[in-house]
Amino acid sequence: MTAAPTPLLKIENLQAHIKLRRGTVRAVDGVDFEIAPGETLGLVGESGSGKTMTSLSILRLLPRAGGHIAGGKIELDGTDLTRVTDAVMARDWRGSRISMVSQDPLTSLNPVFTVGDQVGAPFRYHDMIPAGKSLREAIVAVLDRVRIPSPAKRLDDYPHQFSGGMRQRVVSAMAIACAPRLLIADEPTSNLDVTIQVQMMRLFRDLQAETGMGIILITHDLGVAAGICHRVAVMYAGRIVEIGDVRRIYRQPAHPYTRALLDSIPHLGQKRRRLYAIGGQPPSLIDPPPGCRFAARCPNRMAICDQSYPPSRTVAPGHRASCWLIEADT
Amino acid sequence: MAEASPRLPRGFLAGLRGRVGATGLPWVSGTMLLLVVVAALFGEAIAPHDPNGFNLAAAFKPPAWQEGGSLAYLLGTDNLGRDVLSRIIAGARVSLIVAAYAIVFSGVIGALIGMISGYFGGRVDAVIMRLVDIQMSIPSLALALMIAAVLSPSLSTVVIVIAITYWTWYARIVRGEILSLKERDYVALAKVAGCGTATIFHRHLLPNVMNTLLVLATLQVGQVIIFEASLSFLGLGIQSPEVSWGLMLADARNYITKAWWTITLPGVAIMLTCLSSNLVGDWLRDTFDPKRRQL
Amino acid sequence: MLGYIAKRGVHGLVSIVGASMLIFAISRLSGDPVLLMLPPEAPQSLVDETRRHMGLDQPLWMQYLIFAGKALTGDFGNSYRWQMPALDLVLDRLPATIQLAVAALLFSMALAIPFGVLSAVHRGTWIDNFGKGFAMLGQAMPNFWVGLLLILVFAIHLEWLPPFGHGTPAHLVMPAIALGWYPVAAQTRIIRSSMLDVLDSDYIRMGRAVGAPDWVLIWKYAFRNAAIPLVTMLGVYFAAMLGGAFVVEVIFAWPGLGRTVVEAVFSRDFPVVQAGVLFTSILFVLSNLLVDLSYGVIDPRIRRDG
Repeated sequence: MTAAPTPLLKIENLQAHIKLRRGTVRAVDGVDFEIAPGETLGLVGESGSGKTMTSLSILRLLPRAGGHIAGGKIELDGTDLTRVTDAVMARDWRGSRISMVSQDPLTSLNPVFTVGDQVGAPFRYHDMIPAGKSLREAIVAVLDRVRIPSPAKRLDDYPHQFSGGMRQRVVSAMAIACAPRLLIADEPTSNLDVTIQVQMMRLFRDLQAETGMGIILITHDLGVAAGICHRVAVMYAGRIVEIGDVRRIYRQPAHPYTRALLDSIPHLGQKRRRLYAIGGQPPSLIDPPPGCRFAARCPNRMAICDQSYPPSRTVAPGHRASCWLIEADT
Repeated sequence: MAEASPRLPRGFLAGLRGRVGATGLPWVSGTMLLLVVVAALFGEAIAPHDPNGFNLAAAFKPPAWQEGGSLAYLLGTDNLGRDVLSRIIAGARVSLIVAAYAIVFSGVIGALIGMISGYFGGRVDAVIMRLVDIQMSIPSLALALMIAAVLSPSLSTVVIVIAITYWTWYARIVRGEILSLKERDYVALAKVAGCGTATIFHRHLLPNVMNTLLVLATLQVGQVIIFEASLSFLGLGIQSPEVSWGLMLADARNYITKAWWTITLPGVAIMLTCLSSNLVGDWLRDTFDPKRRQL
Repeated sequence: MLGYIAKRGVHGLVSIVGASMLIFAISRLSGDPVLLMLPPEAPQSLVDETRRHMGLDQPLWMQYLIFAGKALTGDFGNSYRWQMPALDLVLDRLPATIQLAVAALLFSMALAIPFGVLSAVHRGTWIDNFGKGFAMLGQAMPNFWVGLLLILVFAIHLEWLPPFGHGTPAHLVMPAIALGWYPVAAQTRIIRSSMLDVLDSDYIRMGRAVGAPDWVLIWKYAFRNAAIPLVTMLGVYFAAMLGGAFVVEVIFAWPGLGRTVVEAVFSRDFPVVQAGVLFTSILFVLSNLLVDLSYGVIDPRIRRDG
């Protein structure tokens, strides 16, 4: 699927660093990708690869302590978000046009405020109560949309009075309340069981079909990504190493890291007894090596891999990867 | 005889030396505290005048930097012509003596009772803790007032009163530590090896509680000094001719309109001493337990 | 929940009874009140008669029971000094002390909350260090000295406030500041540390992701959570104020229970001392009890399951 002429989200050479006492960590070190309206992009990688930092950068929610965007552009519907002040981000973008659903539903909800208060928050802060409805009605409507039973009664309940699955729905309600242009789902299903996972994702896909919302799904779970995303971007050590249509990548992974990831998924009927894990560790992001960052763990390592970083090359239309093994674009 | 418990520090000072590298020394507060100690120990030699030598002709002299003051009386004189600086130095001695004795007494008694209570548990523990609760339901100053009224005021009375008031803190905290320590394996091993209770206390429990005790004691210095000053201020503590900062403030109260330095300076002495001991206490606490360091 | 309240209530009651015993014992130890009451030349028969009349010839535990029995009916004896029932005197002075303690507590929170919150929000900057330093300083200054300094500056030099007495709000200002000074340090530290924890939490990040403006995040979403440890400690601090009131009331001639007890101690007026200290202890225990009970009110998570 090729990108539409006017992408919903366009990220160009994004760099996000964290200043620590022992040095500056280049957590996101030159990331480029686009998302079309109505498209779901999976951001896949191990922890520390930079996927969460990328999403936080889009929301401009980098950690207060030392995190900052060091360069690049983030264009959503044409506006470069790196140039927007924090106050304007809060007022015009976060919660209304971009929203986030994160990992742990239990800790994402404020324990001393009612669910109604919290779900109503995006409506209140952005003055986006749908016409002809009261705030209360709007909240009930969105709770109903995420399939919370008897929403009108549960408005005044506190988070601890909901089960884990229900809480995840409440968080989702907060995220979709203002019908955002872009939804970032950060490992939203890792703490839940499979049935809830499926329901959640279906919910998001329905909304996507209605409004053309773009979704970034951050996950380390390739199975989840395969089931939901249109395209997938594989991240390693702060950079995207492969990006393309999800089915194509799964059938013909171009980058050795992607291949290793796919190999390490156990499946029924596999002949191998032991689980395959990728040996070694990702390199330090304070002082990254000059060449390909996966070289040290790569079974296809060549001399040039250690010397210089492979440029992004086309494997097939819409499918690119950064590996010296791939033939150069003509 | 069972081997000493694994957590027993090889030497208290050695452990201290190792940690200091991480946090650095508290230079300013340590020096201030040292000055107070020096004043306490060598006061008589350093003080320019006799703290009790009154000289009515020199009464109400302001401090040296004000008009009317003189270098002979650096911090001025009080209503009886006594040199404020000398009295402050003399007061340091009293404050530290009281603090030292009171803390040692209350610490020893409190720690012992705490250890017994925590170690033996059961009814002993319940009774002791109930006693602690009962005593702690009376505000400490009220309790101290009552006791001070019974015994005639003097330095020893003050020490006793403070010791009685403060032992409960040590008892509670030590008991808490013991409760968790007594479940450790090395205590069980010691028991199996036939160690008597006293030995267990002495060799296994006490060294591990020492750190906490030391930190608590240092942090108590400030509180005790203020407590003693309050008692003396009310007239139930140190009496003339002994000098206490609290007593100085009580005297000065009558002349508050005439001699601001007599009201201010002894209080500054109290403040600086408390401040430095609190800072040193905080430093000790952070040195011993980095997890609790306040960021 | 009810069971918990009952248990804590019994505990408190035992403490009060125990305290009354302690108070009684100490005051009896201080010497023979009869000898104080009668002139030194009084004949022995009069002394014995008085002693019998006052029940002082009975064994100590018997005397205590008599005392306790009478106390339950409100009879603490008459003040030796004022010739009126000790209980009446105590109850007359109690409101002034409570007023002072409450005012002092409000003052301390009025300082501790902004300092604590701002220190946490601007952690590591000069604001943080200033707040911490200020709090440290406060903990090193005895409350009576603070009172004296306040009198020196505001009553004598500037003549803005009356140096002692009672009646107008202006009279309450300095005593409340002097008394409330000390816990500011501890309260600031509690708020700062719990704010730091809360500010790092996922739900605050969620709040930011939803677009809440900064001041709402800090003062509504974060502070409500961070205040929980402080509110539960309020009873403890109120109790501490009661204790500190003794000296502060003396300095400002505040007509409260503290000053009354101090004067009673000096004049060996035992009925008043006993009644006064006992009532202070009762208040003390009650405030600590309220602390335990307040957990349920403040934190909705505990409310239902208690």
